[in-house]
Amino acid sequence: MSRKLYMLLSILLVVAFALSACGAQATQAPAAEEPAAPAEKVTITWWHISTADDHKAEWQKEADTYMASHPNVNIEITVLENEAFKTKLTTVMQSGEPPDIFQSWGGGVMNEYATAGLLRDITPELDADGGAWRNTFASGALGVYAYKGQNYGVPWDMGMIGFWYNKELFKQAGIDNPPATWTEFLDDVKALKAAGITPIALGEGDKWPGMHMWAYLVTRLGGQANFEGALLRTGSFTDEPFVQAGQMIQDLVALEPFQEGFLGATYGDEATAMGNGKAAMELMGQWAPAVEKDNSEDKQGIGDNLGFFPFPMVEGGKGDPADAVGGGNGFAIGKNAPDEAIDFVKFLTSAENQATLAKLGVAIPVVKGGEVGLSDPLMIELQKTFAAAKYFQLYYDQALPPAMGSVINDSTQGLFAGTLTPEQTAQAVEDSAQQELK
Amino acid sequence: MQSLPAIPNIFKLKRGTGSPRRFQDNLVIFLFLLPAIVLFLLFVIYPIFQSIYYSLFNWKGFGPAVDFVGLDNFKNILTDKVFLIALRNGFLIIALSLFVQLPLSLTLAILVGRDLPGRVIFRTIFFLPYVLSEVIAALMWLFILNPDPERGFVNAVIVFLGGNSQAWLGNTDLVLLAIFAALTWKYFGYHMLLFMTGLQNIPAEIEEAGRIDGANSIQNFFYITLPLLGSTIRTSVYLSVLGSIQQFILVWIMTKGGPVNASETMATYMYRFGFVRFQLGYGSAVAIYMFLICLIFSLIYQGLTRQPDYLTGL
Repeated sequence: MSRKLYMLLSILLVVAFALSACGAQATQAPAAEEPAAPAEKVTITWWHISTADDHKAEWQKEADTYMASHPNVNIEITVLENEAFKTKLTTVMQSGEPPDIFQSWGGGVMNEYATAGLLRDITPELDADGGAWRNTFASGALGVYAYKGQNYGVPWDMGMIGFWYNKELFKQAGIDNPPATWTEFLDDVKALKAAGITPIALGEGDKWPGMHMWAYLVTRLGGQANFEGALLRTGSFTDEPFVQAGQMIQDLVALEPFQEGFLGATYGDEATAMGNGKAAMELMGQWAPAVEKDNSEDKQGIGDNLGFFPFPMVEGGKGDPADAVGGGNGFAIGKNAPDEAIDFVKFLTSAENQATLAKLGVAIPVVKGGEVGLSDPLMIELQKTFAAAKYFQLYYDQALPPAMGSVINDSTQGLFAGTLTPEQTAQAVEDSAQQELK
Repeated sequence: MQSLPAIPNIFKLKRGTGSPRRFQDNLVIFLFLLPAIVLFLLFVIYPIFQSIYYSLFNWKGFGPAVDFVGLDNFKNILTDKVFLIALRNGFLIIALSLFVQLPLSLTLAILVGRDLPGRVIFRTIFFLPYVLSEVIAALMWLFILNPDPERGFVNAVIVFLGGNSQAWLGNTDLVLLAIFAALTWKYFGYHMLLFMTGLQNIPAEIEEAGRIDGANSIQNFFYITLPLLGSTIRTSVYLSVLGSIQQFILVWIMTKGGPVNASETMATYMYRFGFVRFQLGYGSAVAIYMFLICLIFSLIYQGLTRQPDYLTGL
């Protein structure tokens, strides 16, 4: 429910932002260097989407710590719910006034902003002192925030999507081990259904939760070559794996595995169903346990009953069963960001702060030395699965240009609703690709 | 006694066409209007022309618009199935508003505007939803329509009465009706208030005369009350139609136009392209269509309804 409140809040904040916009510029302008004199007052605007209580508090604490040691720096934090953030960010981007530091998933959307000159290139800072900062990151994760060799942001979390399941409910349905193949998966869905349990929680009103299922099936069926072919235009999004994945989705939908009203449900509803033990599994990223907890009635989630299994392999698929679809969270740097903003991001991504986030179970560290904070066995398991992946597929709606991501989200919802055939879905994505991937 | 008829003449003489006094008057009028004109030009007229300009481009919303595509956006919109759904939904909401919402408001206005016991309390209760912000109303209806009978009021009632719970907002066939219910709940109080004001302007003597002449209350309503409410009804219809075409907040919060575009309105369609898909040029073209539809409707409607008002003739 809090998402809606944040929508209200965001409206208030838009007003607040409009009012503060004039003031902020004035403080940034005098960047003239006077090393001896007391440093100029600098205000850094920081937008993040970590709405879970402990995570939000931790970031506030880190900002307070930084401000205490840098009295000239004032950090203004804006916390937004995911969807509200995307909406609001688009608006300020179109007005050419990005925040100094803001949530980013890298990939297509970030590239779009970078091309429009809205982001600050932080490659020099990463490479300073012989690449001291750059070398602290896992290079794959850092690469997601690079476009044409230049970094416009840095990651603070990188993980993968997989199935989170309720062990107790699986046991009630007589299932001993989580499924390893798609056939077993369908059998388990039927078994759960027969036991009167909702097999899968899905917030398809938000579209991206179901999109990931389609993307994973495509990855299992076609592997790396298939997606890259379509992306580089040597192949097409109407190739066999894209169509077949749609067919498999519709076969799954025919079993009615989702909770009542899933087409209108949000991701929040999905997490609520899982957190309250009303559904047996959900396909979601590494943040799922934290959100389930936060959305459950007792704020505890289902505790030790929660388990993780990777997306099942598909018999006859060309993709390696160890391949992972995922992505992570990071911060992009706005074009007007002062040097202090970058220094602050450096502080945020220090090994100690990364370890703290890991300890809270809200991030899988991307900085060497941060993994010592991982204590949750589920997260350790997820990180191992992730590390074993030979091919890492970034989320489709992030890897591709935003217009395509939106078309993919819209058309896969049509698959789940049965209003689009697998062929039509693939064709819609291909039509958009022909426009966007020139 | 000679001076009295001379007074109006003084004014006439001094303010004749082309006289300095007349010029001064016009200047004063112009200066008083200036702030409003400037604001109107800046925030209404200028953005309209800006939208027209951008609608001719394939433009993402960042940086300068360079990819000129002519009228392609306008052509593509008309062939997009989703836009046609949005258009159909718009007309459906209009029809439902006119034939369900307004008659309901009128009935209630007659009930609480006249001699129902405790009418002040009812009036307040009926008007309350309109006072709430649309966002809050939408959130409330999300709770009320929750598909889980343990959480959603409507489904709890249905299950209690022995029926099957429905996913009101997750079912492509039901979603528009569910949204219309919320819309009606939100706006009937407003139209009720308009009608009540209209009713108060009808002199009681006329209806009394009707009764004395032997008209029963139904005849009284159709032959006296309804015709005399003419101007109010016209205003109500006008506001209702324009409001339906532009409906956004309630729909966006409750369903985002989904599932699979089943509750899409022109406004949500425009927003999706402008701000979700980063196709601001295309979104601008949708805005132009909306603008034209509203404009044409307004002109036709005003032309059609410019008829003598019964009351002013009295």
